[in-house]
Amino acid sequence: MLAALRHGREEAFEQLVRLYGGRMLAVARRFLRNEEDARDAVQDAFVSAFKAIDRFAGNSRLSTWLQRIAINAALMKLRSKSRKPETSIDDLLPKFRDDGHPLRAPLPWKEDFDALIQRSEVRALVRERIDQLPEPHRTVLLLRDIEEFDTEHTAKLLGISTAAVKTRLHRARQALRTLLDHHFRGDAA
Amino acid sequence: MTCREFSEFLSDYLASELPAEARQAFQQHFDECPTCIDYVKSFESTIRLGQCVCTHPDDPVPQDVPEDLVKAILAGRKKLK
Repeated sequence: MLAALRHGREEAFEQLVRLYGGRMLAVARRFLRNEEDARDAVQDAFVSAFKAIDRFAGNSRLSTWLQRIAINAALMKLRSKSRKPETSIDDLLPKFRDDGHPLRAPLPWKEDFDALIQRSEVRALVRERIDQLPEPHRTVLLLRDIEEFDTEHTAKLLGISTAAVKTRLHRARQALRTLLDHHFRGDAA
Repeated sequence: MTCREFSEFLSDYLASELPAEARQAFQQHFDECPTCIDYVKSFESTIRLGQCVCTHPDDPVPQDVPEDLVKAILAGRKKLK
């Protein structure tokens, strides 16, 4: 397929879109909470891929290369959106007394955790809670914990320092834990 | 070490990125503080949840691309030529 793409064969480009477009759309939807934006990002990603196909060195799989382009396009889209004032993450972080002890001791979470995540409604709930995180924190969580990019690569993609990536990731995990606590702790229905 | 400090550096601890001395203090607090043990378990579960809900085998990635999107992408390519 790669040779056909490099020769500019139309049917190869269509095959590429049909083969990998669904996966790229799924990736874009993770980052962009709006379907129209996700579709725009996939279109932009394919334009970038078509332009760069001659430079694809084949070191990674074509699907991985396209996925990275889709993530870049989604991040560009996020940056270009008019910035809404973000809700502060502070309310979702653990609270402590002056002596360093927690304001409220955390309750242990349910033990049947592995069984819980088999339920589709539980997975939908977790995805909803991830979407509730403030944008800069949600993006770092997606890049680090879900796409599994390392700290340096994440920092480069976002144009921020590695220290900022680490802080945002930690805050995002703490906040997500708070958002899920009500549903997963032992006394939850 | 207090529970606040423990909480603040938890991600660094889990990623084994703490200097040896801090790691030792961290471990000591962890061994003695049931509150933090519960917090760590739920924190680790949170990370796992985030990872598996986006890649769970029962939530297959849709392979189909909406037809209008395919057409728009291919039309965009023609403009490039």
